[in-house]
Amino acid sequence: MLVNFTPPSASEYIRVLPEILLTVGGTILMIAEGLAGERHRRGLAPMALAFLLLALGGAVVAGMDPGPAFNNMLTVDGYATFFRLLVLIVGILSVLISGSYLTRENADSADYYALILFSLCGQSILASANELIMVFIGLEISSIATYVLAGFLRNDKRNNEAAIKYFLLGSFATAFLLYGVGWIYGVTGTTNLQEIHRFLTSSESVYSPLLVSACAAMMFVGFAFKVSAAPFQGWAPDVYQGAPAPVSAFMTAAPKAAAFAVFLRVYSIAFSGLTERWQPILWVSAMATMVIGNFAALRQDNIKRMLAYSSVAHAGYVMVAVVAHSEAGVAAAMFYLASYAFMNLGAFAIVTHYVGKGERYVGIDDMAGYARQQPLIAALFTWFLLSLIGVPLTGGFFGKFYVFKSAIDSNLIWLTVLGLLNSAVAAYYYLRIIVVMYFHEPTNETGAAGPVPAGVRLALIGSAIGVFVLGVMPSAVLEFANRSAMLSR
Amino acid sequence: MLDTIFFYVFALLTIGGAIATITRRSAMHSALSLIVSLLGVAGLYLLQKAEFLFAVQIVLYIGGIMVLFLFVIMLVNLDQAAKERQFNRQWLLGLVASVLVGAQMVWMLNSAGVLSLPAAVPAPAATGPGNIEALADLLFREYLLPFEVASLLLLVAIVGSVMMAKKTS
Amino acid sequence: MPPIPLPTAVPLTYYLILSAILFALGVAGFLFRKSLITVFMSIELMLNAVNLTFVTFSYQHKQVDGHLFTFFVMVVAAAEAAVGLAIILTVFKNRGTLAVDEIDSLKL
Repeated sequence: MLVNFTPPSASEYIRVLPEILLTVGGTILMIAEGLAGERHRRGLAPMALAFLLLALGGAVVAGMDPGPAFNNMLTVDGYATFFRLLVLIVGILSVLISGSYLTRENADSADYYALILFSLCGQSILASANELIMVFIGLEISSIATYVLAGFLRNDKRNNEAAIKYFLLGSFATAFLLYGVGWIYGVTGTTNLQEIHRFLTSSESVYSPLLVSACAAMMFVGFAFKVSAAPFQGWAPDVYQGAPAPVSAFMTAAPKAAAFAVFLRVYSIAFSGLTERWQPILWVSAMATMVIGNFAALRQDNIKRMLAYSSVAHAGYVMVAVVAHSEAGVAAAMFYLASYAFMNLGAFAIVTHYVGKGERYVGIDDMAGYARQQPLIAALFTWFLLSLIGVPLTGGFFGKFYVFKSAIDSNLIWLTVLGLLNSAVAAYYYLRIIVVMYFHEPTNETGAAGPVPAGVRLALIGSAIGVFVLGVMPSAVLEFANRSAMLSR
Repeated sequence: MLDTIFFYVFALLTIGGAIATITRRSAMHSALSLIVSLLGVAGLYLLQKAEFLFAVQIVLYIGGIMVLFLFVIMLVNLDQAAKERQFNRQWLLGLVASVLVGAQMVWMLNSAGVLSLPAAVPAPAATGPGNIEALADLLFREYLLPFEVASLLLLVAIVGSVMMAKKTS
Repeated sequence: MPPIPLPTAVPLTYYLILSAILFALGVAGFLFRKSLITVFMSIELMLNAVNLTFVTFSYQHKQVDGHLFTFFVMVVAAAEAAVGLAIILTVFKNRGTLAVDEIDSLKL
């Protein structure tokens, strides 16, 4: 029967090079642990880093020869390369801050790094997926690995709770996504994004726009859950608070960026013909996400939980760029996600270090006088918080600037005004931490965290440089984003 | 005619099993009802000429996944739970949400797309014993990448569940 | 080609309505039930509704692509079941209960 079978060409394999490297890397890590034994666990993190750097190189190589791969299942374009590089960089920074955390909790193991690598592999697939079946499988690989990571310290009740909540609600949302995909398949007879677009815009096809919008709405439930957009943001604070701190850092950056990547791709390719129908829904969702995230963050005392809510709020800003539905909007979302990844990882890296063994509760007042004990770390924390506020010279500023500019260009005046008001509210809770660190007298409890381990220090420097570069020389990244924002239809 | 009868029998199994799944007190009863429901769905696959999926549904879903469920239910002692309140505290919110979802379903079905479906469509021309050959052809050509990537998914699941279940050192 | 006489008298819409009911029942179970295991079983109901939709549309389009999608959904369901039940077991080990509303140690 196999008459017409043509094996995939070499260039197609090169286009999935990062995925191959990540899978092989994760497997080798687990085998290496078994062979080397318990004593050599310190070597695991550097090994994982080496594989991530290899995959980073692989993503660059894959990006040099853009094109479809494996019967149009994936398409490697500038957009895919951008997000592949972004999630891999997030992976590197997360591994850097994980090493000392795991040693402290006595939980060093290859499984942790392997799961991070596999999760990144799923996200890399998501970034380049061109077919709903790949979207589904990529999403599941990324999610299942993160479910387990969220509950990694399985004797910790908070970890358990984060894992079970994330798992149940995640699967629930996936079922909605799938039901939407099922109906899209029923209406169009295909699951390929370009062909769906072609069907929906062709004058010959007969379909009910209302039904397709309902499908788009069902799929929105799935995607909104993964990016923690309202009204499906409820899980985010609990999960980000309950998961181990380095995993929360990872989850708020990488899976979210990948989910936004696929969300943008599906809505700007497959459903681009129905913009006026889904735009109002996303408008409300973007607005609600910003308001809920920011106002809930205002009332938090626990710093980790505050950052969790702030992560919801930042998803709202990216949603604004999604609503704009233009190439400028796509580019703005890409830029924002990149700058958010750096500033958020930086902030979480400090929290990871500060909470100490057993992740004690750290309220905002516990940071009192931190600037006197650890001036350098406090200065870096301030730098990340300023970027989260969106102060000029930081990556956060240009992120917000481009997002709101794209929104104004698309005539979303009200959404822009609401977004700016929200940023002002957000400034309050970020500034509060800075004020406490610099102007409050230290209490006896503070500063118990001790010296900063090398890995965390590296991650902090890396994130700080990232925020700085995006804030001072945004044009290089933005130009790349602009060039790759033209998603092929 | 026979097909119609079979459809209603399987539909009854599916819906009845599903209702029992979400209303039975004991988790064990729920799981057994779910098996009945899954059997009904398997029958519906057969009516729609999806022989391969019929087999997979029985072997993988009922034989694999559901046995796993039963195993876990037996591991955790739920006798106590069966006597307690069965529904969580936010049942009112839940009711509103499921009515909304139900309403959306009905609306989706009623919107023009579905009503224009043919009353029934002719079966694909019967070639040999079934469509497994066509399935395999498609799976190993066009869907080669998802097939390979699914193996990574299974690897993640193995690593994850072993990690969750292993003893703490 | 003239339409071939119908081999089955049941309209395909019936299958779709059936799958919609199944999906809604799954949603209801997810939202109502207290035990984590039953909540998880409700998700299985929803996935089966999805599969039924795919098979029905596949039949209508005279393709097998939908069957493959169903096949992958089943693979994923198996993976999810393994991981999910392992997570449920750790929760039970640490708390001794599977009630949804008693798992609330994180600040709301």
